[in-house]
This record gives sequence, structure tokens and C-alpha cells, in this order.
Amino acid sequence: MIDADLSRMLVIRAFERTLLDLYGRGLLNGTTHTCLGQEYVPVAMEGLLDPADHVFSNHRGHGHYLARFDDPEGLLAEIMGREGAVCAGVGGSQHIRRDRYLSTGVQGESLPVAAGVALHLKRVEPGRLACAYIGDGTFGEGAVYEALNLAALWSLPLLVVVENNGIAQSTPTGEHLAGTIAGRAAAFGLPHELVEGADVDDIRTRLAPLVSGVREGRPAVVEFVTHRLGPHSKGDDTRPAHALGVDWRDKYASPLLDRLEAAAVARIEAVAADVIARPLSRWEA
Amino acid sequence: MRVAENLNAALHELMAAEDDLYLLGEDVADPYGGAFKITRGLSTRFPGRVLSTPISENAITGVAAGLALAGDAAIVEIMFGDFAALAFDQLLNFAAKSVSMYGSRVPMRMVVRCPVGGGRGYGPTHSQSLQKHFVGIPDLALYEVSPFHDNLAVFTEMLERARPCVLFEDKVLYTRPMHAVPEPFSLAIENGVARIFLDERPDCVVVAPGGSAPMVLAAMRSLLLEEEIACTLLVPSRLYPFDVELPDTRRVFVVEESTAGGTWGAEVAHLIHQRHWGRLAGPVTLVHSADSVIPTAAHLEESVLVSERAVHRVIMETLRG
Repeated sequence: MIDADLSRMLVIRAFERTLLDLYGRGLLNGTTHTCLGQEYVPVAMEGLLDPADHVFSNHRGHGHYLARFDDPEGLLAEIMGREGAVCAGVGGSQHIRRDRYLSTGVQGESLPVAAGVALHLKRVEPGRLACAYIGDGTFGEGAVYEALNLAALWSLPLLVVVENNGIAQSTPTGEHLAGTIAGRAAAFGLPHELVEGADVDDIRTRLAPLVSGVREGRPAVVEFVTHRLGPHSKGDDTRPAHALGVDWRDKYASPLLDRLEAAAVARIEAVAADVIARPLSRWEA
Repeated sequence: MRVAENLNAALHELMAAEDDLYLLGEDVADPYGGAFKITRGLSTRFPGRVLSTPISENAITGVAAGLALAGDAAIVEIMFGDFAALAFDQLLNFAAKSVSMYGSRVPMRMVVRCPVGGGRGYGPTHSQSLQKHFVGIPDLALYEVSPFHDNLAVFTEMLERARPCVLFEDKVLYTRPMHAVPEPFSLAIENGVARIFLDERPDCVVVAPGGSAPMVLAAMRSLLLEEEIACTLLVPSRLYPFDVELPDTRRVFVVEESTAGGTWGAEVAHLIHQRHWGRLAGPVTLVHSADSVIPTAAHLEESVLVSERAVHRVIMETLRG
């Protein structure tokens, strides 16, 4: 793996840890959903995406945003409602729009929208795709199936990336999902790729042909078997510590990682100090 | 020209004029041309932009929102307006909110067309007037087709708003002629509101959306001939956000087909009370359907839906004390 990828993953992790710390100190409003443990997924995916592709994110979207835009300042300002916020502090953690990136907070809602953008791309910008991140829990929503059906029927350049972290808030996948995600993709005649490791280079090599196919109008589902190391939102983790799963960080443990991590932590600490000192954001409805 | 033909012609003109405009809906393609034939001829003339979809109200409304986000425009046909309940999340939580929740204005050029209303025996899930369920959503505008508003102008206005719009189309209007006003009434359009009036000063003003307008007109005619009561009817094209200049009057009625409870008329009355309370002889009177599902059997349906007879009676009783 190249240092830049590892460094990006560590910046996301430092960002998320800082958020939980700020919450603990009562400095943040509302709630947030961190992607601790899942940082490598968007970092791997961004290596396969073009800035002109559209990315649709969800409630757990900080990693998606930071993998696309190296902008922890703008994101933290958004979450804290401070000057320089990406969306003036209106959207907060879950509702961010910038360039061709958009997140929204209702499960599955983005899939039909992403299909609409893919329909536009197919006609106006062939070769571009819409990539939508969802979780395993989102497969309970009917919108997912309506969108998969349309995407398959209309050969839309839609890439659905499933971050299957084995749990939907507090409900294990086995208790909310009948059958499998692969089976559901197969039901619509869509290719499905299961990704189990966290090796960014390996992931990209494996997925590159699939992503090329999406660009040519063969929609696909990629399922990452991943692990959410933190709580669903703030302090709501009911799992025993041994059930959290494997951390990619252990696999990359090395002096290099320690150096990069120290730099990432120092950077995010500086970002937090800077953002906290900023005036409140302003917005005209 | 009939209302259905006017709608169809408007869609033809719009699709021809704007090559980034899509039309999506169940069974909208030729030769079927939609359950009420409003989209007839469009898929043949504009292939690739007029798309028959699966039965997926939620998805097609979301697809329209995606097209709007990407800079296109989209019109969605919901086969029966009742099914817009299945698209509610996309309208309430995505399309309307996207206009402002990302901190700066995001233009969303999309219209969701909803054929609504009873009187045809379609029964409880195919006959409702859902307008009231969509009132008060920030950045979502509500319009209603009327026999007095040219639909090309209405569609043009909705798309130029660059915010999602819902267009309600009362099914009983489709076969009615455009611009028909019974003698001795006259018609004028001012700021998007059709005014149907007599030369004399009115005894009351009735506000009613397009679907109820023919019924109100019939009641106004019998009130004039039998009771010498002169009414002015106002038919707004845009129901929400609502704004109307009220002629000088002391009595106001709002007539609509929605069932009782949290009606559009209540919103209109509130606005009129705020603005004109001092000059009214009493509160705005609401006339609407009963608090009920819409039955299928003709006699039962008639007992629930607002009627010409009810409008006549309520206006007479209110004015005569």
C-alpha cells in the first residue's frame, strides 16, 4: 500500500476519534455516526473513482467525504456549525453536498436518486458512474429494491457499495436480513463481488473490471465484509469487546504506521483547535 | 379543447422545447399513453426521455430528484394520486429538503403529477384528494389543474420555480372543456388566480381549487337564480404557498373535496383571518367532504363527497343566518 492511502485512512480514524472526544466533552450538537474500522473502504473505492463520478453517502459518511476531499476542516466546521462549514452547518454530519458528492440521512433513500443521476450520466456523460454507499441494515428498505430493479432494467451506470459491518445499529445482520446480499443482487441479475480483506491495492485490483463494467452500463453490487469498531452513534454499543471484529490497523502495524498515525493525530488536533475557535456559521434560509 | 387535451398539448410543447426534460411514470408509453391518456404520443415523439417505469412510486420520484440534481428536469406521473403516499419520503425528506438543507440553494426542477378525486367509483384507495397531506412542507409547492389555467403556463411556472412541485389533477376535469364559464358570469385571470364574477358587488367570495370549481359554479348559478345571492369564485393555480388578493367582501367560503380534518381550507382560512379579520362578518366557512374514506358504491360515495347541493345550502344558510 502506498503511504498516501494509509495516511488517508489514519486521518479519517483520527477525525472520528476526535469527534467522539468532542462529544464526550459536550462540544457537539446532536449525534454522529463514526466509521471507525471501515476507513479503508472509501479509501480503496476512491482509487477506482473519477472526480467526475457522483458519490452518494449516508448517515455514516465522514470517511466517504474525507476519502474524496482532503477537507477535515470543512467537515468538522459543518458538524460543529462553525464558519467554513461545507453546508453552512444546516446539514451537519449526515447531509453534505459538495461538487458531485451528496449524503442524506434516510436509509436507502439515496438509491433511487443515484439511479436518476445515473440515468442522466448515461445519456449526457457516458463513462461516468454514480456510486452509492449503503449498509447491510439498509437492505430492509423497499427503496433499495425499486432502485436495483430500475438500474438493471435500464442498464444504468450505478455502483452500489455495501458496507456490511454485521450489525444495523444494535441488530445483528442475522436478525434483520433473510438470505444474503449476494442472493438479492442475483435476483435482479446484477453482478455481486464479495470483498473480505482490507488490502487496498488488492481490493482495487479485484474491483477494477467490475467498475469498468458499471461505466459501460452494467450496474453492480460490491459487498465489503467490514467491522464497525465504534458505537452506532455515540455511546450505544451493546456488543462485547471480543465481538467487534478485526481491525485493519493491526494488519499494517509498523513503525511507518506509527509515524503516519502520529502525523494524522497531530493534524486533526490542530484542525479541531482551529475550528473550535471559529465564529458560528451563518445561513440565510 | 378539453382539460386532458390541454395537459397533453402542454407536455408535448414542453418536451419539444426542453431537451433535458424527462417524463417518467407507470404505463405512460404508447400505445397506452397513461391510465388517463395524458401522456399519449409522447414516448413515440421523445424516445429515451419518456419512460414507462416499474410499479415503483418511491423510486421514480427519487429518479426524478436525481435527474433534477444533475441539472435535468423531470415530470413524474403517479397513476392515481393516492399512490403518492408511496413517494412521500422522496418528496418530503429528499427533493424538498435538498433545496435548502445543503446550506445553499439547490435548484430542483421536478413536478409530480397526481390524478386525484372521487366521483367515479374507484373506491377508497383510488379516489382521495391528497392535497392536505402535502401542505406546509418547506420548499414544496402545490398546484392544481383548473379549467381556467392553461397548463403550459402552469408547467412553465412550476419548472421555473426550481423547487419540487406537486400538481393535483382532479380526474373529473379531464373530460371538461377549458375556459367554460356559465352565463351570466365572466372570467378574468389576475396573478395566477382565475376570478369568475358578476358585474355587481358580490355577497360573498368562494375560494375553490380547480377540481371543485365546476361544482361551485353550478351552485353559484342556482344561488343567483333561486336566491338572488351573488358570489365571486376565486380559483388559484398554486395552492401552497398560498397567496390571494381578496375582493372587498364580508363573507368568505373555501370549498374543496378533501375530507374533514387538517384541510387546505383551514390553512387558507387562517391566512385570510390574519389579513382581513377586521372586515369580515364572521369566520371563513369551510366546505369539504365528510371525515371518511371514499366509498365505492355511487350512493355512498355521494354521501361522503362535497356536493353542489352542500355548497348551495351552506352558502345560503350562512348568508341568510
